[in-house]
Amino acid sequence: MGRHWGRTGRYALLLVAAVVVGFPIYITVVNSLLTPQQIAHRPPTLFPLHPQWGAFAQAFTDAHLGLYLRNSAVVTVSITVAELVTSVLAAYAFTFVQFPFRRVLFFVCLATLMVPMEATLIPNRQTIGDFGWYNTFPALIVPFMASGVGVFLLRQAFLQLPHDLHDAATLDGYGHLRFLMRVVVPLNRPIIGAFGVYAFLTAWNQYLWPLIVTDSDSVRTVQIGLRQLQSLSIDQINVIFAGTLLAALPIFVLLLAFQKQLIRGLTAGAVKG
Amino acid sequence: MSDAGLAPGAAALGEVAAGAARDAPNGRRRLGRTGREAAVGYLFVLPAMAIFAVFVFYPLLRTFWLGFFRVAPYPTIPSKFVGLSQYKSVLTSHDFWASLGRTVEFVILTVPIGILLGVGLATLADARIRGIRFFRTLYSSTVATSVAVASVIFFTLLNPTVGLFSYWLGIEGGNGILQSNTWALPAVATVTVWQNIGFTFILMSAALQAIPQDLLEAARIDGAGGRRRFWRVTLPLLSPTVFFAGVVGIIASFQAFGQIDLLTQGGPDNHTMVLIYYLYTSFQNNDFGTASVLATALFFILLAVTLVQFRFIERRVFYG
Repeated sequence: MGRHWGRTGRYALLLVAAVVVGFPIYITVVNSLLTPQQIAHRPPTLFPLHPQWGAFAQAFTDAHLGLYLRNSAVVTVSITVAELVTSVLAAYAFTFVQFPFRRVLFFVCLATLMVPMEATLIPNRQTIGDFGWYNTFPALIVPFMASGVGVFLLRQAFLQLPHDLHDAATLDGYGHLRFLMRVVVPLNRPIIGAFGVYAFLTAWNQYLWPLIVTDSDSVRTVQIGLRQLQSLSIDQINVIFAGTLLAALPIFVLLLAFQKQLIRGLTAGAVKG
Repeated sequence: MSDAGLAPGAAALGEVAAGAARDAPNGRRRLGRTGREAAVGYLFVLPAMAIFAVFVFYPLLRTFWLGFFRVAPYPTIPSKFVGLSQYKSVLTSHDFWASLGRTVEFVILTVPIGILLGVGLATLADARIRGIRFFRTLYSSTVATSVAVASVIFFTLLNPTVGLFSYWLGIEGGNGILQSNTWALPAVATVTVWQNIGFTFILMSAALQAIPQDLLEAARIDGAGGRRRFWRVTLPLLSPTVFFAGVVGIIASFQAFGQIDLLTQGGPDNHTMVLIYYLYTSFQNNDFGTASVLATALFFILLAVTLVQFRFIERRVFYG
């Protein structure tokens, strides 16, 4: 009997928590399917009986969402690929290659974890200007092509590989590049995947830096696009909701497809904070 | 997380020993080989190092340096070297301390509640019952919303004329909660807590699942009830993750920019003017001197918080 009540109580609490956590997204979906008049109507509509899909099309035509999403995709994919390449290479060198000042250089990588982006904002904005990169994709991509978190995480993973493996590969005539590509990367696919998802999420969500180095729609990312979207007038309130959903959609899909990597990436990558 | 928890120092030490053993029997061919080996090493670390040099270390030093220059009110007049006096004037100014106060307030409003909710939800969802996957996915779902997505949703729902939340709060047609001196900061904090709940939930769930079942089983056999097991076994074992989430949360709150920019722009009447937004405002007004001093202050504050975290990670490796 007590057990039965315990379970019912737990379900009740789970349900209440689900409503509280899920409501903002639920009502966003509902409102994206209503007309502005229906949204303003009281008592409010909490279920769209006659869904209107026009707001989604308007988000593309009136709020240039397609352009913003494309820009975000270009920037995010470039950053993720670049971070993976530079981090794998550096982590490999710090684990399997002997060279002078190796430890010093590794600690230099670690030190970047203590420098928040905000502390370097002003000179970096000037550097972008000096390079003539204002309002260009390189301004959004190049400063993030390396990651201290990535180097650190991947090196920790590579250290777990048995040293005999490297010796055996060397005896078999493997050079560093071949050992890296044929042995180290395949054996560390899970952590590389986890870091990839973490890098993707971080890059996709960037807000302050893109705001500072762009002012043209042609390169602006979807997070900044949301700023324009928010300033639409009240008689397009359904478009605001629809556009917000569309902006969040790629990451929702990512979450469902790569749940495991995401969880691992978030819990491991959080070393940077 | 266990991967990240290893102390780099200890790992590096072991590696030096291993490296020395490997280098020994190479004999005559050693010089040419080590030269080529070193070249490979430098080549592999070069891309990352070049980016760090240009976009992390150089600008960090330059930020400190720019703090010595007072920017003239007109762009045509060059900035003037004023030494430490600008550091002194900004760091003793009312605006700086007010913004720091708001930031601390914001941390207090977001971090403890966020962790409490995260632990609560994770405990609630830590049961093998039907449909639990649905709840877990739902609780994690806010990781998919960026700060901007969360802010725009709440901004629209808090719209003073047509916002649903304004209607439910009975303030429709009024000034709106984001324009209230009293409620603007708590409102921004609420949005932040909601947006972070998915992350905290994932973190706490992972930590809960890492607790050995036999420990809980042993406590149960010893006659400890559910509540007692939670306080005496689960919570102490969860405490490293709680501490970790606290540190990460404090750092994130100091960096919270998007929600302020989208919800209040520092207003009303500076009531949400946190340190990072004050920095941004100075920067937008071309007052690079003040902005640089603020950036330096932010750097050292976050450095202190990060060092506490690093010390803790080390301790966990050696004593944990």
